[in-house]
Amino acid sequence: MQTKRMTFSSKWLPYALLAPQVIITLIFFIWPSFQALRQSVYRQGDAFGIRPPTFVWFENFQALFRDDLYLNSLKTTFIFSVGTTILSMGVALLFAVMVNRMIRSRDTYTTFLVWPYAIAPAIAGVLWWFIFNPTLGILPYILDMVGYDWNHRRNGNDAMIMVIIASAWRQISYNFLFFLAGLQSIPQSLIEAAAIDGAKRMKRFWTIVFPLLSPITFFLMVVNIVYAMFDTFGVIHATTEGGPSQATTILVYKVYRDGFVNLNFGSSAAQSVILMGIVIVLTVIQFRYIERRVNY
Amino acid sequence: MVDNNRWGNFFAHLVLIVGVAIVVFPVYVAIIASTHPPGTFVRGVMPLLPGPNAWENYRTVITEGRSRAGTPPIGGMMWNSFIMAMSITIGKLSISIISAFAIVYFRFPGRIFFFWIIFLTLMLPVEVRIVPTFQVVADFGMLNSFAGLSIPLIASATATFLFRQFFMTVPEELMEAARVDGAGPMKFFKDILLPLSITNIAALFVIMFIYGWNQYLWPLLITTDPEYYTIVMGIQRMVTGGDSEPLWHLVMATVVLAALPPVLVILFMQRLFVKGLTETEK
Amino acid sequence: MASITMENLGKVYTGNVRAVTDVNIDIADGEMIVLVGPSGCGKSTLLRMVAGLETITEGTLKIGDRVVNHLEPAERDIAMVFQNYALYPHMTVFNNLAYGLKNRGFNKTQIDERVRQAAEMLEIGKFLDRKPRQLSGGQRQRVAMGRALVREPAAFLFDEPLSNLDAKLRVQMRVEIRQLQKRLATTSLYVTHDQLEALTMADRLVVLNGGQIEQVGTPMEVYSRPETTFVAGFIGSPAMNMLPAEYMRNTQQADSLAHIPQGADLIGIRPEDFALDTPGDGDLILTGTLLLLEPAGAESHLHLRFDGLNENMIVRLPHVPSVTEGQSLSFAVRRDSLHPFDRATGKRVS
Repeated sequence: MQTKRMTFSSKWLPYALLAPQVIITLIFFIWPSFQALRQSVYRQGDAFGIRPPTFVWFENFQALFRDDLYLNSLKTTFIFSVGTTILSMGVALLFAVMVNRMIRSRDTYTTFLVWPYAIAPAIAGVLWWFIFNPTLGILPYILDMVGYDWNHRRNGNDAMIMVIIASAWRQISYNFLFFLAGLQSIPQSLIEAAAIDGAKRMKRFWTIVFPLLSPITFFLMVVNIVYAMFDTFGVIHATTEGGPSQATTILVYKVYRDGFVNLNFGSSAAQSVILMGIVIVLTVIQFRYIERRVNY
Repeated sequence: MVDNNRWGNFFAHLVLIVGVAIVVFPVYVAIIASTHPPGTFVRGVMPLLPGPNAWENYRTVITEGRSRAGTPPIGGMMWNSFIMAMSITIGKLSISIISAFAIVYFRFPGRIFFFWIIFLTLMLPVEVRIVPTFQVVADFGMLNSFAGLSIPLIASATATFLFRQFFMTVPEELMEAARVDGAGPMKFFKDILLPLSITNIAALFVIMFIYGWNQYLWPLLITTDPEYYTIVMGIQRMVTGGDSEPLWHLVMATVVLAALPPVLVILFMQRLFVKGLTETEK
Repeated sequence: MASITMENLGKVYTGNVRAVTDVNIDIADGEMIVLVGPSGCGKSTLLRMVAGLETITEGTLKIGDRVVNHLEPAERDIAMVFQNYALYPHMTVFNNLAYGLKNRGFNKTQIDERVRQAAEMLEIGKFLDRKPRQLSGGQRQRVAMGRALVREPAAFLFDEPLSNLDAKLRVQMRVEIRQLQKRLATTSLYVTHDQLEALTMADRLVVLNGGQIEQVGTPMEVYSRPETTFVAGFIGSPAMNMLPAEYMRNTQQADSLAHIPQGADLIGIRPEDFALDTPGDGDLILTGTLLLLEPAGAESHLHLRFDGLNENMIVRLPHVPSVTEGQSLSFAVRRDSLHPFDRATGKRVS
């Protein structure tokens, strides 16, 4: 890893400068993660200390993969993440392409499209929960007119659609900004060359613009999956609370509930470990992407 | 653009106006709902035009809260959120900028090792290790305190990386010139590096403030005393606190107030926000 | 004011990469020494070793009578002008000049006086309140000079200070730097890759190649008597022509080469040492075909292929002759303008 060609020399100063960050990291990140690893291979003792924790190898993990609820949660997480990612990226790309055509109104539209990023996931959840409210909400009212009886309190699919929309809504801003930056970095001469080569607008988009956007698209895909898997806890917790009947219990929510509500620490820790594994894989993928960008 | 035809532009504007309307709609609805008396929500569909009760509703949430559901007045919760957001932001910025300085401008044993320790925090979001982290904070007796709300969240790999990237682009010769001019490491940091980093600091400030303000799971876990509730988690308490339907007019007034500070930050510092966002993540 | 003494200076980077080998130079008080060589020859490294920006791994460096090997740059009483100027972008010109003085604990009046004085000398007085980005390249260059000047150091170190300027400004600043240096009589070490800059500015120049000194001498010594084929090729433009001694012996009368030692197998002739006039007594005569005539106003460059040789040679004439390309031309070369070299060692013979 690089430093400057020439560096300051001090025996203690760099350590002093790093100390706050490293100490906090050790206490609140590394140590708890280590604890999670440890707890994941123990069965917890009882509250009175009569039965001490016992080492159970990978029993907690095995139990998880026999547990229909957990397997179901994996599936739910997959659907939720993919749905959120596709919805928010698709809409954001459409907006970005349209805004990129504009000259005078570009900044105005951008301003209108960026601020939802400021809204906390939990609040985004509550907003859409209100709009989808079966008795008051405007959307169920409209759906009722076309003959659909919306009820996310009873219908798992309805609940899933609602949390996907709420999660994707906030993330549109983020994706939009990256797509717009990507579009603006495509040299105009390339598009003009394609036009001279006789490509029509749609063809130009799919053969020139979209391939050039693919690094950004890939990057955003990873970021959005990470977002959907880990940052959307608030959306679920403030609205459906994982229901109805586990239909929106994504992994992060399950870790929380098994740990804090059901007080099943062994299982919760095992789930944490699996989640860490997923994050590490996603981060490595993302880091490879960063490296590629930095190096060229 | 090549061939900018009139129909294409019309269509693009149409898509964008409808799009913006859809994006704005949830907040519009919230603002409208926050101006209606409670009676509106008993029957029929939610209102789409403003009602007469705005002043009354906002006064209620700010000064009284909903004592029955255990939520304190919004004023206090907003103040808590502000303190937490500011502590997280300032904490993150300070510890990351000095650690990036150490990593870029010094060569010392263990440098790569420390870099990786910091990098690991990027891989371990709070959400995936909540139970043990909660236990650590509880063991330190930091439940129901601002220290507990902010300190565990201020280690930031992202900010360290951004500062590192930025420092790498600062010309070598500036540091050499400063050394010839008689500046030691901390003097160089204070007189040269810090002033040069101002834009980056400001851009990160925007991102971090929003991150801090919008924290949800963490305050939910470590505050049981309403005195320390933050507004974002407070909303959840209002929504699920009672047995009956939520008091929508008050919930929505709270939602509007909770969203206002970060939205204002983004709108007034849009350029810095875009810079902070696109540069921290790439 | 001070002399600088380099004794057996060497630099080895970690991983056994050698950058500088066994450099011995005595710089007299007030002297301007120019380090010149191609990129990667170690000249910048050597300068930075003197500045204290690179550690010295071998030998001794003295500024005045002090051994400064292990001193911080700030303690060596030197000032440096960087290639990209390294002006502090967020400070005004005044503060850029004042920064080093402030760090050394000068009081406000002293700083003010010194900065005004330097600014006046460099004619940057009216820019003192501006930021570097509001200045042109030449003005920034002056500010960088000013920052060195205000310190009144024992020595100035220049690291290719003119290479970011356009050609015209470069010539102008070259003259100004030299005048200023003479006026202040401050010991100076100046690094450049431009041989013309080296020739015009130096009291003495040091030609470096591969981390080693090829030759030290006054510009005229180095130009008129290059000690190695490298120096012969590097100093002077267009470069010296190199002809095999065997070819010369085959084509010339033996007595016109009598003064060339037996060991010499390569003969160098500078482009301007050819003449189209009728040859005088004992002159060499070289005949070749004109491939290209490059008229350049006051002078001209002729690209030739001498009969029996496979390489192109260049002749410089102080006028534009009326000749046509493809024509066969004969040139006279005075016998004392030959530079004999040993091809194997690259050293001058005799």
